[in-house]
Amino acid sequence: MNDKPLIDRYRPWEVALIYAGIAVFLFFVLSPFIEGFLVSLKPLERLFSTPYSFWPEVASFDAYVRMWTTVPDLPRYIFNSIFLASVITIGVLILVVPAAYAFARFDFPGRGVMLGLFLAVNMFSGAVLLIPLYRLMKAFGLLSTYWAMIVPGIAFLIPTAIWLLRTYMLRIPRELDEAAWVDGASRFYTMRRVIIPIAMPGISVVGITTFIGAYAQQFIFALTFNSKSEFMPLPVGLFGFFGRQEVVWNELMAACFVGVLPVMVMIILFQRYLVAGLTAGAIKQ
Amino acid sequence: MLSDRTGRLFALGLVAPALLVILGVVAYPLVDSINLSFTNAALKKTYDFVGLANYEKIFSGNFASVIVRTFVWTFFSVALKMLIGTAGAVLLNAAVPGRALFRILTMPPWIMPIAIGIFMWGWMYNGQFGMISGLLQNAGITQGPLALLSRGETAFWATIVTDVWVGVPMVTIYFLAAIQAIPRDLYEAAWVDGANRGMRFRRITFPLMVPSALTMSMLSLIFTFNSFDIIWILTQGGPSGDTTTMIIDTYRTAIGSYKYGEGAARAVLICFFLSLFSLAYFRVVSRLNRGERL
Repeated sequence: MNDKPLIDRYRPWEVALIYAGIAVFLFFVLSPFIEGFLVSLKPLERLFSTPYSFWPEVASFDAYVRMWTTVPDLPRYIFNSIFLASVITIGVLILVVPAAYAFARFDFPGRGVMLGLFLAVNMFSGAVLLIPLYRLMKAFGLLSTYWAMIVPGIAFLIPTAIWLLRTYMLRIPRELDEAAWVDGASRFYTMRRVIIPIAMPGISVVGITTFIGAYAQQFIFALTFNSKSEFMPLPVGLFGFFGRQEVVWNELMAACFVGVLPVMVMIILFQRYLVAGLTAGAIKQ
Repeated sequence: MLSDRTGRLFALGLVAPALLVILGVVAYPLVDSINLSFTNAALKKTYDFVGLANYEKIFSGNFASVIVRTFVWTFFSVALKMLIGTAGAVLLNAAVPGRALFRILTMPPWIMPIAIGIFMWGWMYNGQFGMISGLLQNAGITQGPLALLSRGETAFWATIVTDVWVGVPMVTIYFLAAIQAIPRDLYEAAWVDGANRGMRFRRITFPLMVPSALTMSMLSLIFTFNSFDIIWILTQGGPSGDTTTMIIDTYRTAIGSYKYGEGAARAVLICFFLSLFSLAYFRVVSRLNRGERL
């Protein structure tokens, strides 16, 4: 029964200790979700009563029904979040795939400086550059449009994507490019028909990493550059709950769960790529 | 083919679109920030050059204490992320049944919109009815409501805890990958030589994790220094400025009070600190790449 290598065998008390440690760790990570879910099941008047009870005495899914009338734009927010993250991801990939290929393969003047420049962008968050960005968006008339969230979203995700993909492309043997060249393929054809297909696993990793970045960080640009409800992504749309007289916590929690569910399921399915992306980003190749 | 003249032009053509976006959306605003920081720009259409006035104003005000607070906040947040992340990675690496599931369960805070997770924390910290205050009262540890976010000291730590919560999954998974990249032979050889588990951690896992840990803590330092969403949603920098970090103060000044010039001066200072961190980061990374000991 116990076919584990000896080195991996634990004494019973060690197993107990490991599980206890994991339990504490996961409790820290998951407690807001557990509490949030239980809150979404509690009727509001129960929520605002003392003494506190962790488990709902009366559980109902009312909040999940009522939230659609309290926040009529909720479907729109959910759509906007996914839409913005998708457009940003596509935009980043279109810009980054050729650039990463160039950095991985070609020697050209200013190469080192440019690579350094891309990396340096990583240290600035959008929050630091908010004022000039606001002026820029205003000058181009982009305030309160999808573009106001897409353009900065793309710009700040380019550097990591280039870095990851370049690392991946460095591992593709140069002989492939040269063979295609000898066979008479143009440079562009070589990139499109030889390199990109081979780099597809790397491109998927970069795609999913970028999507998560674009999805998780939807707040400050949307909060500052957009004031129209119809363009708001989920986090900013739901932030509106806090502006009311009394925060309807159970519906807010319900809306949070329903709002992130589609993307959560998708990302969990792709989690292998996610971990691969993070590992490839490790500075040592 | 790869570095003749047309090859070079081709490569420049491939890089140009991404480069233009970065120049337009990051480099130009950076220059504009520096420019604005010497002016009295505000809502009105025109503005004048005011020299160093904005910087003088900053340092005659309470910004020095904001800087100190930002560093303390960042330090504790990064340190806790590294500590908990290491513990999590070691635990999730243990060969016990269920670990694949445990790894997936670690991810949610990382892969959902940060703001959504913070809404949940907002309730956890609710003084009257939230979970933390509720459980502590039920256990008889505190008498009466514990409004964590309305007292300076507790709000400071509460925002740190939430920031750690947001950052821990990524650090954990990254460290886990680093541990798994350590060749198994090393452990087996040590095991054959009679090294116990604690010794194997001290002598193999820990030293071999140092490069990843350094890289991650530098990156984490930069991210954490830039942290905005968490504090803004939980406290907006309050109560009475006790959770106001440099980013929050900049946002307040520039976007809240429309003092673009004064806000830009604050932003320039943030950029200055960030450049120092990045410089340190690049040094660490390039040394690691050359395989030098630090």
